Amino acid sequence: MSVTLLFVILLLMLYAFYYVGKRKSLAIVDGNIKRLHSLPIHYGWAAGINSFIPGFFILAAWALSENYLIDNMLVDHLGEDAASLAPFELSNLLNSIKEYTSSETDDPSLAVHYQYYASISERIAWSFFLSAVAASTLTGYFALRRMEPEFNSRNNIENIIKTLLMAFSVIAIFTTIGIVFSLLFESMRFFDQVSITEFVFGIQWSPQTAIRADQVGSSGAFGAVPLFMGTMLITAIAMAIAAPIGLLSAIYMAEFSNKKIRKIAKPLLEILAGIPTVVYGFIAALVVAPFIRDTGELIGLEIASESALAAGIVMGVMIIPLISSLSDDVISVVPQNLREGSLGLGATQTETVIKVILPSALPGIVGALLLATSRAIGETMIVVMAAGMAANLTVNPLEAVTTVTVQIVALLTGDQEFASAKTLSAFALGLALFVTTLALNAVALFVVRKYREQYD
Amino acid sequence: MTNTTEENQSVSRVDWNSEKQTARLKSRYRKEKMFKGIAIMSLGTAIAALLVVLVSIFSTGISGFTETRITMDINIDPAVVGEINDMSEEELTIHVASLNINRMLVSSLQAKFPDVTRRADVFALLRLFSVGAQTDIREAILEDTSIVGQTVPISLKAGSDVDMLIKGYISREVEESDRKISDQQIVWVDQFIAEERVTQGFNWAFFTSGDSREPELAGIWSATVGSFLTLLVTFLISFPIGVGSAIYLEEFAPKNRLTDLIEININNLAAVPSIIFGLLGLAIFINFMSLPRSAPLVGGLTLALMTLPTIIITSRAAIKAVPPSIKEAAIGLGASHMQTVFHHVLPLSMPGILTGSIIGMAQALGETAPLLMIGMVAFIVDTPTGITEAATALPVQVYLWADSPERGFLEKTSAAIMVLLAFLIIMNGLAIWLRQKFEKKW
Repeated sequence: MSVTLLFVILLLMLYAFYYVGKRKSLAIVDGNIKRLHSLPIHYGWAAGINSFIPGFFILAAWALSENYLIDNMLVDHLGEDAASLAPFELSNLLNSIKEYTSSETDDPSLAVHYQYYASISERIAWSFFLSAVAASTLTGYFALRRMEPEFNSRNNIENIIKTLLMAFSVIAIFTTIGIVFSLLFESMRFFDQVSITEFVFGIQWSPQTAIRADQVGSSGAFGAVPLFMGTMLITAIAMAIAAPIGLLSAIYMAEFSNKKIRKIAKPLLEILAGIPTVVYGFIAALVVAPFIRDTGELIGLEIASESALAAGIVMGVMIIPLISSLSDDVISVVPQNLREGSLGLGATQTETVIKVILPSALPGIVGALLLATSRAIGETMIVVMAAGMAANLTVNPLEAVTTVTVQIVALLTGDQEFASAKTLSAFALGLALFVTTLALNAVALFVVRKYREQYD
Repeated sequence: MTNTTEENQSVSRVDWNSEKQTARLKSRYRKEKMFKGIAIMSLGTAIAALLVVLVSIFSTGISGFTETRITMDINIDPAVVGEINDMSEEELTIHVASLNINRMLVSSLQAKFPDVTRRADVFALLRLFSVGAQTDIREAILEDTSIVGQTVPISLKAGSDVDMLIKGYISREVEESDRKISDQQIVWVDQFIAEERVTQGFNWAFFTSGDSREPELAGIWSATVGSFLTLLVTFLISFPIGVGSAIYLEEFAPKNRLTDLIEININNLAAVPSIIFGLLGLAIFINFMSLPRSAPLVGGLTLALMTLPTIIITSRAAIKAVPPSIKEAAIGLGASHMQTVFHHVLPLSMPGILTGSIIGMAQALGETAPLLMIGMVAFIVDTPTGITEAATALPVQVYLWADSPERGFLEKTSAAIMVLLAFLIIMNGLAIWLRQKFEKKW
C-alpha cells in the first residue's frame, strides 16, 4: 500500500477517464464533431484532470502526514509510559517499536506495541488509499455526467490549469511564511527559557555548561554579542578584500581591457563563483590558515590556527565574483555618451571612471556591496571549517572567533536534546540571521531603486 | 557678468606649454597608469586566487585516485578453508565470508619473515596491510577454488600508512616518534620494494565503495548515489513548480497586490542564506511532519525550496524573450491564451528554462549547509536504495573527510572535490551548450 502504487493507480485512472471522456464526447453528438464546443481531447482532459486532482491532493496529504499521524497515535496508545519520558527517549522508543522484529526478544511489551503500530499504520494507509481512489472516481464520474455538447470543456480545463499555476507561484509566499513562523515559533520557546535581553546584549556565549547556578535556564550562557561581533569581524575582513578587488576587476573589464582579455577573464571569475563553499572551506583550513600562521611565526606574531583572518580572506575570495559581476552590470548600463563627453573634454580614462562613471553607477555599486555583505554574513561552510568554536569577544583578526552560522551548525549537528535551550537557541540565531540579511537586501533594493539615475 | 569675461580671458591666456602645465599633465598620466595598474592587478589577484584553489586541490587530490598494493605469497590453508567441494556458489560466498582469513595472512607473513616472532612485531607487520587485504584474499578464493592448498601470489591492498610512505607524504627523515610508521616497518616495506612486490594502480574502490573509517578503503559511491537521489527529488519538485510559477507570473498574473507580493517574496528568497532553508527543513519537514531524518527526500525538499527562486527568475527571463509577434500570430489563428503558451511560448523558451534549471541544480549539488541541518551528515557505508533511507551527499562527504585527522583522508578529500567539480563542470558545460545550440536571437 505504498504512495508510489497509489500514484501509478491515479495516473492509470487519469488515462482511463481521459479515454472514456474523449469517446463519450463523440458519442453524445453521434460522431458529428461540429456540434461540440471544444475538441474531443478537451472533453477527455476535463474528465481526466478532474479525476486526478483530488486524488493527488489526498496522496500528497498522505505522504506528508503519515509519520505525524502514526507518531501521535502511538503516543496516545502508550499513554502513561510515554508521558514520563524525555522527548529524545520517546523518539528512541518510537523508533524501536517501528523497527521491531520478532528476533528481538529482550522486551515482550515491544511486541504488543509493534502489533498496535502495524495495525494503525495499515489502517491509515488503507483509509488514505481508499479515499483517494474514491474521490478520484467520484469527481471523474461527475465530470463525465455533466458532459454535453455545449459544455465549455476547454475553458474548464484552462481555468483549472490557471488555478494550478497560481497555486504554484503562491508557494513562494508560503515558503517565506514557513521560514518566519518556524523561526519565530522555536525562538519564542527559546525566549521562554532565556530572556531576550540576555540574548541580545549578553557577552558570554557558552551553551554547553552552566556558568552561574542562578542563571535563567541554568544550562549555560546565551549572550550572542560575541557571535555577532565575530560575524561582523569576518565579514569586514571579507569585504575589505572583496570590495576593492571585485570593483576594480569590474572597472578594468568594463572600461580598460580589450575584448580578448574580457572574454577570458569573465568565465574564469564565473568558475570562481561556481566553486562550492565547502571547497573554499577546505582550502581555508588546508592552505590559507597554515600559511598565515607560518608567516606570522616568521615575523614573530602569534596567530591562532583558526584565525578570523584566514576565514575572512577566503570568504573575500568567494564573494569577489559576486561583486564584480553585479558592478559590471551597473557600470555597463552607464550611457556611452557620458563617457564620450568626459573624454571629449580632455579627461583621462581614469578621471572619466572616477569622476563620471562611478558617481553615476554609485547606487548600483552600493547595492552590490550590500548584497555581498548579506551573502558573507549568511555564509556557513567556510567559517564552519576554518573559523573557531570558542566565542571570543575580540576585534583582533589574528585571534579565533566564532560566528552565528558556525554556532547554528554546532548546535544542530550531533546529539540533540529536543526542546532544550541549547537546541532552541539555534533558531533564535537563525532568526537574527534572517532578519539581518532581509534588512540588508531590502536596503540594497531601496538604494538601487531610489537613487538610480534615469537617463532615457 | 563682468567676472565671466575676465575668467574667460584668464582661461584663454593659459600657457599649455608652461612648465607647470606640463608637470600637471605628467602627473595626470602617471595617475592614469597607476590606476590602470592597480585595476589589472586586482583582476590578476582574483584569477590567481582561482589558480591557487585549483592547484592546491589538484596537487593534493590526484594521488587519491591511486592505491598501493603489495603482492604476497599467501598459503591458502585447507585447514582454514575447510571442505568446500560440495558447496553451491551461494553457500560458498557465505562460507568464504566467514573464514578466518587473518590467520592465513599471519601464517603467510611468518613464513616470509621467520625471524619475526614477537606478538607486537607480528601486529606491526600485519598493519602494513589494509583491512581490505582480507577481501582481496577472499575474492581470490572465490574466483578460483583450485588454489586452496597452494601458495599463490595475491596482490593485497596496503594500509594507509604504507600508501602515504610510498606516495611520499610520510617523510623518512622525520624522527620515528613523529611519524605513524616505525623504522622496522619501513625496513619491511623497503624489502617488499626491493623484491618488486609493491605496485601502484588506479583505485577503482574509490568510485565503487562507500565511506569507511580506513582512508584507503573509503569511497564516494554511496555519497554520489545520495547526491543523485537528493537532486532527483529537488528537480522533480522545483522544475514543474518553478516553470509553472514563471508561466503564471509572466503570462497570466493580473497586476495586483498578490502578484507584487509573490514577486517580492521570490526576490527575497533568492537572497536568503542557505542555512536558513536548512532550519526551515528541520522545523517543518522533520520536527513537524516527522519525515525521516538524513533522508534524500527531506534533503531534496529543502534544496527544492532553495532552488525555486533561481528557476523562477531564469524561466521568466526565457519566457519574456519570446517575441510577442509569435504569440499574436497564434492568437490570431484562433488559439486560446493557454494553447498559445503551451504550444508556442513554452517550447520556444525551453532551452533558456533548461539552462537556468541546470544552473540551479548545479548550485543545489554543491550546497552543504542545509543538508547538515537535516542530519545528512551521518557515517554512511551502505549505498542508499530509496529516497527515505539515510544517505549523505558528495559535498557533505567532503566536509566529513576534511574533518578527519588521518593524513590519508586529505588526498581523499581533494579527490572527492575533484569529482564534485567534474560534475559541476559537466552540468555547467551542458547548460552553456544548450544555450548556444538552441538559443535564438529574434
